Amino acid sequence: MEKKEYNQEINITEELMARINEFIGHYPEGKKKSAMLPVLHAVQDAHDNWLSVPLMNKVAKILEVHPIEVYEVVTFYTMFNQHPRGKYTFEFCRTSCCSIRGGEDMLDYACNKLGIKEGGTTEDGMFSVVGTECLGACGYGPMLQLGDFYHEHLTEEKFDALVEDCKQGKIKLD
Amino acid sequence: MARKILLENIDIPGIKDYEVYRKNGGYRAVEKAIKTMTPDEIVEQVKTSGIRGRGGAGFPMGLKWSFIDKKSGKPRHLVVNADESEPGTFKDRFLMEHIPHLLIEGAIISSFALEANLSYIYIRGEYMWVFKILEKAIKEAYANGWLGKNILGTGYNLDLYVHCGAGAYICGEETALIESLEGKRGNPRIKPPFPAVSGLWSEPTVVNNVESISAVSWIVNNSGEEYAKIGLGKSTGTKLISASGHIKNPGVYEIEMGMTVDEFMNSDQYLGGMIDDRPLKAFIPGGSSVPILPANYIFKTANGEDRLMTYESLADGGFTTGSSMGSGGFIVYNDSACVVRNTWNFSRFYHHESCGQCSPCREGTGWMEKILERIENGHGRQEDIDLLWDIQSKIEGNTICPLGDAAAWPVAAAIRHFREEFEYHVRFPERIKNRNHFVNEPMEKVRHLLSL
Repeated sequence: MEKKEYNQEINITEELMARINEFIGHYPEGKKKSAMLPVLHAVQDAHDNWLSVPLMNKVAKILEVHPIEVYEVVTFYTMFNQHPRGKYTFEFCRTSCCSIRGGEDMLDYACNKLGIKEGGTTEDGMFSVVGTECLGACGYGPMLQLGDFYHEHLTEEKFDALVEDCKQGKIKLD
Repeated sequence: MARKILLENIDIPGIKDYEVYRKNGGYRAVEKAIKTMTPDEIVEQVKTSGIRGRGGAGFPMGLKWSFIDKKSGKPRHLVVNADESEPGTFKDRFLMEHIPHLLIEGAIISSFALEANLSYIYIRGEYMWVFKILEKAIKEAYANGWLGKNILGTGYNLDLYVHCGAGAYICGEETALIESLEGKRGNPRIKPPFPAVSGLWSEPTVVNNVESISAVSWIVNNSGEEYAKIGLGKSTGTKLISASGHIKNPGVYEIEMGMTVDEFMNSDQYLGGMIDDRPLKAFIPGGSSVPILPANYIFKTANGEDRLMTYESLADGGFTTGSSMGSGGFIVYNDSACVVRNTWNFSRFYHHESCGQCSPCREGTGWMEKILERIENGHGRQEDIDLLWDIQSKIEGNTICPLGDAAAWPVAAAIRHFREEFEYHVRFPERIKNRNHFVNEPMEKVRHLLSL
């Protein structure tokens, strides 16, 4: 399989830097590394929801750690993406409690509707569909996570409406 | 039995905001604790209350606090574990989302009791909107003088921050959580040393669940003795239960411990019985890690006593005929649930979430997932069931942290109580074709088929 190359424009804005410094300020002198997870979240959110190697290197510089210390964290935690994702990424919970209330069926429905496989992204880069493990909404399934928010008690109609709202730019991600 | 401690004020409009929370008696406990009590007196009150850790292990909280090393003179920390990720559990999210100041108030008192001046709330990354709710609530607490330097003029200083994870179940384990808070992968540490001696940045640290810390204000306001009067025996106080599955009213409930499982499951005030009135098949009382129980052990213990919502009664019979209170993730299954498929689902979860440090867990969870997948999909072999049993028994007790046990127990319990269903899958694969094809015939017939 041909390996795709992606480029990412790095832009640490003043606003983003202020947020990064706010996080770093939460830890004692000399413990900058502790800010790793919150900083990576903030940086990823500001860069189309993924972290390229140059971007990780940049974070390493900011936190004054070796690049490998950032890579090992990014590869460990599932919320950090090493490749571009759809602008709107639907993450469906498929663990037991959601599954028995139709979680896996909803995941299949979403894949069919958007014409992609689980883990895939539409060609226009708008949508991705991912199956995830328990998101802590067990009593409200089936459900999905989109950006910072949960959409619960899903039905096919609700999902259709959500996709339509995304297309019209009505959905806030954070 | 409708006693409420944590959710007493949950229905007051605007209780999420500082002003409303304060008007309804909020932060009174902080005043009482910091101005009129010594740290050791608070630890004593918590000990007297008998409250047990609500995260899953049920370790007495006062005892845990008494282990913190105050002699070395190193800075101490409280870390609130809000990494709630146990499948079936969503109670901490409910508390933080709807009444965030209750947790912050509890965290201030607990930090004071531990003589900590820098504390954190570690919340799972997926709860990002709750992270922002907590950030706002903490800002309000700073603005009103409950946090920062010289709180209430007493000379006590405390900084409290919220820290987010990034999608790793393992970070709910306290030493993995500490590693993660230090900006590393969530690999659990070998104990000892325990965090109470060497935790965050090698400094004495106590890690407690959100629900445990949220109960501290009530204990300070009303005394540990009063708290100990609530509940039954060694299961003191109230417990939040996250209920999900095939029941009429899923959601978060606060119950006084000691209620019967029957009342909780079937009364309209609580779960309201089964949806579509299909028969009850199985339940898990404490999140995915604890053993699943078949219908005949749910309302009665093996001795024929009523099964109660207490640590002791849910565990009655050990793992042979009992289970565990765990985190209070109450999952109910009706006859349309396939135990093999469900066990495969859990094994996939544990395989995905294993940190990879210990080989029994890293490899074993993967093998279990693969074997269960092939049994569920009609490619199982007769010896697979014994092989599964063998693998799970070799994971249990052989790993640094309890994730290995948590991955082994659901598999063991499923085979122990539902072996016939596994055999049926192996011997009659054509009858179990996809996720909609559960064991759709009476168990008598299944038994008959298996006996041929």
